[in-house]
Amino acid sequence: MIDFLNALVVLANFVLVPAIAYGSQLALGALGVTLIYGILRFSNFAHGDTMAMGTMGVIFATWWLQSLGVSFGPLPTALLALPFGIAFAIALTLGTDRLVYRFYRAQRAKPVILVIVSMGVMFIYNGLTRFIIGPGDQRFSDGERFIISAREFKQMTGLREGLAIKTTQGITLVTAIIVVIVLFWFLNRTRTGKSMRAYSDNEDLALLSGISPERVVMVTWLIVAALATIAGTLYGLDKSFKPFTYFQLLLPIFAAAIVGGLGNPLGAIAGGYLIAFSEVGITYAWKKVLRYLLPENLEPSTLMQLLGVEYKFAVSFALLVVVLLFRPTGIFKGKSV
Amino acid sequence: MTDRVRTVFLFGLVAVLIIGTGISQSWNSALGILNMGLISAIMALGVNLQWGFAGLFNVGIMGMVALGGLAVVLVSMPPVPDAWAAGGLGAVAGLCIGAATITLAIFAWSRAPKRWRGWTVAAILIIGFVFYRMIFAPSTAAIEAVNPAGTGYLGGINPGGAGNFKSWGWITILAWPLGGVLAAGAAWAIGKTALGLRSDYLAIATLGIAEIVIAVLKNEDWLTRGVKNVVGLPRPVPYEIDLQADASFVDRAAGLGLDPATASTLTVKIGYSLLFTAVLLILLVLAQLALKSPWGRMMRAIRDNEVSARAMGKDVTARHLQIFILGSAICGVAGAMLTTLEAQLTPASYQPLRFTFLIWVMVIVGGSGNNLGAVLGGFIIWFLWVQVEPAGVWLMYIITAGMPEGAPLREHLLASTQHMRLLTMGTILLLVLRFAPRGLLPER
Repeated sequence: MIDFLNALVVLANFVLVPAIAYGSQLALGALGVTLIYGILRFSNFAHGDTMAMGTMGVIFATWWLQSLGVSFGPLPTALLALPFGIAFAIALTLGTDRLVYRFYRAQRAKPVILVIVSMGVMFIYNGLTRFIIGPGDQRFSDGERFIISAREFKQMTGLREGLAIKTTQGITLVTAIIVVIVLFWFLNRTRTGKSMRAYSDNEDLALLSGISPERVVMVTWLIVAALATIAGTLYGLDKSFKPFTYFQLLLPIFAAAIVGGLGNPLGAIAGGYLIAFSEVGITYAWKKVLRYLLPENLEPSTLMQLLGVEYKFAVSFALLVVVLLFRPTGIFKGKSV
Repeated sequence: MTDRVRTVFLFGLVAVLIIGTGISQSWNSALGILNMGLISAIMALGVNLQWGFAGLFNVGIMGMVALGGLAVVLVSMPPVPDAWAAGGLGAVAGLCIGAATITLAIFAWSRAPKRWRGWTVAAILIIGFVFYRMIFAPSTAAIEAVNPAGTGYLGGINPGGAGNFKSWGWITILAWPLGGVLAAGAAWAIGKTALGLRSDYLAIATLGIAEIVIAVLKNEDWLTRGVKNVVGLPRPVPYEIDLQADASFVDRAAGLGLDPATASTLTVKIGYSLLFTAVLLILLVLAQLALKSPWGRMMRAIRDNEVSARAMGKDVTARHLQIFILGSAICGVAGAMLTTLEAQLTPASYQPLRFTFLIWVMVIVGGSGNNLGAVLGGFIIWFLWVQVEPAGVWLMYIITAGMPEGAPLREHLLASTQHMRLLTMGTILLLVLRFAPRGLLPER
């Protein structure tokens, strides 16, 4: 029995907790991608860099607040700085839309042209981020490091294995839940949200019923900027901020959005967790868990790791291909254009 | 301006830019730009085949380029006999088991009775994976344990052996077609799975494949030495040292008024330029012939209206697969040439912005659907990519001229000029898409 509990704790410590935190970050990122796909009808390659830009705003605001001596008690100051970062990201996305995307919308350009345009935006955001904050690592988390540390957990329960939950992991989950609840309330209950869904379902019908497309697009960018900044900040708090890493997040985020069904917000969340759990689960060395579960003579001699951690991209990719081959519109029915 | 005049004018401009670099900076850097421009032009030609001819959205160019690099290592390095003895057989057997498992699984999926096929395929995959790991892992570990600081990998097939492989430099040229074959193989696998899907999905799938190829090169030390890099690859042109030791070469250099060191580096670079130009010309001629052939017209018909092309009896999926493989193979050849030029394989240096998205900028700016346009884009964008940095430094000195020496903002701006490149490329791409969406040399 104790063995079973120990195995459970190991599993929670190395797989469940990190995967839930990572999955929440991916889900928030994928929500942004999926919303843009649903409303503006293109895959936004600049999303990873939008996250980086928003997070950069948060980092500068955090440093500014810290220099004023403001702190948020045990919680990271970055949470207080979030509104500043979101405002910055909103200004950025709305400005980009005005200067770049609106022209192609008016022309009713093909989606793939918009994808290439977003590649240009990606270059510019990426260059700006590196230009302003530099390509290196930035750590900006402060406050209490752990909600519960491995040592405290061992003392509390008397188990051999410890369970550590970082503050940032707790914050990630709580924030993600709040954001998702607010977003779904907005999409399902408010007038603007309903008009967004109508626009996404059938553009012509929505236009006929008097929905203003420019307003819908504006609100979409507002939400996407907020989501991207929150996702980026949570990821940065949990791991660290580095422009290139954010660019690379594009792959798992897109995989999450597509696996769940592009254009479907619920699918984006499911996809985010599915990708995160597969990535962590397949690259984790299961030896430690199995040691507790199996009888002694069956103890595994190898690490029982299916794939090296370096191959985590392969996991998102394989999952993506498998889902696309067997359910081309994703797990939850997304749009298929 | 007619098309012909425009083409001549723009290529003349490229020549002026490169010669201008030679006069104002140095001939060494001008030739450097020319060589990389040639390679970039070939990559752009490959992407243009996929995007310009067929409208396929491939953002996995980096993976193809890296596979080309791998081919150079596999061909031009000498084999490591100890490593082969330690685990060569096991590694090859392991790979064969892996391939056989996947083939068997695909076969079972199509043949087994419907009720059982899910379980059958799962069983085949699991059993195959266990066997693969049992044989493969210990063999590669044994290979990597053989002199890890010097080799630790299987090496290539250079017959010269460890002592004499550099004199077999010409064999590197054989790696170029092999790079194309490797890339074509990868493209076949991606194309088979992802080409039936919509364009966005193909884009993400290729993005993923490219990251996986890089991960393999970084981590499969038995094959590529991973992040320890393979350096000192033999090359198809003479070495500077040998040229400088050659009395008649030194005499001829002196006759031209050059010191032996400069003359030898220039000779080596010109040697590369000639080889690369030959490859570019061959591929360009082939691409032009293809574009003007019935096959090329069919490709563009499929691109412009898939439904009617299908109605005319064209096998759209098969044609897409065909051109996807051809375009990727060209990128693989270019990747092999790149690694030959650099004389080393450094997996960590492959970055998607540089090897995938920059090539896209070249194709869009040059003019998608026009082979000469792609080549032009390759030269111009590479020139800008190299020259934006010095120009940025110069610009920053002007901007910061009024600021006091050592002011933090001034220091920051001067230190960040290298990131101007990405900014410039993005701006160019957006400007071209907005004001000249068909590129500098539009499709005819």
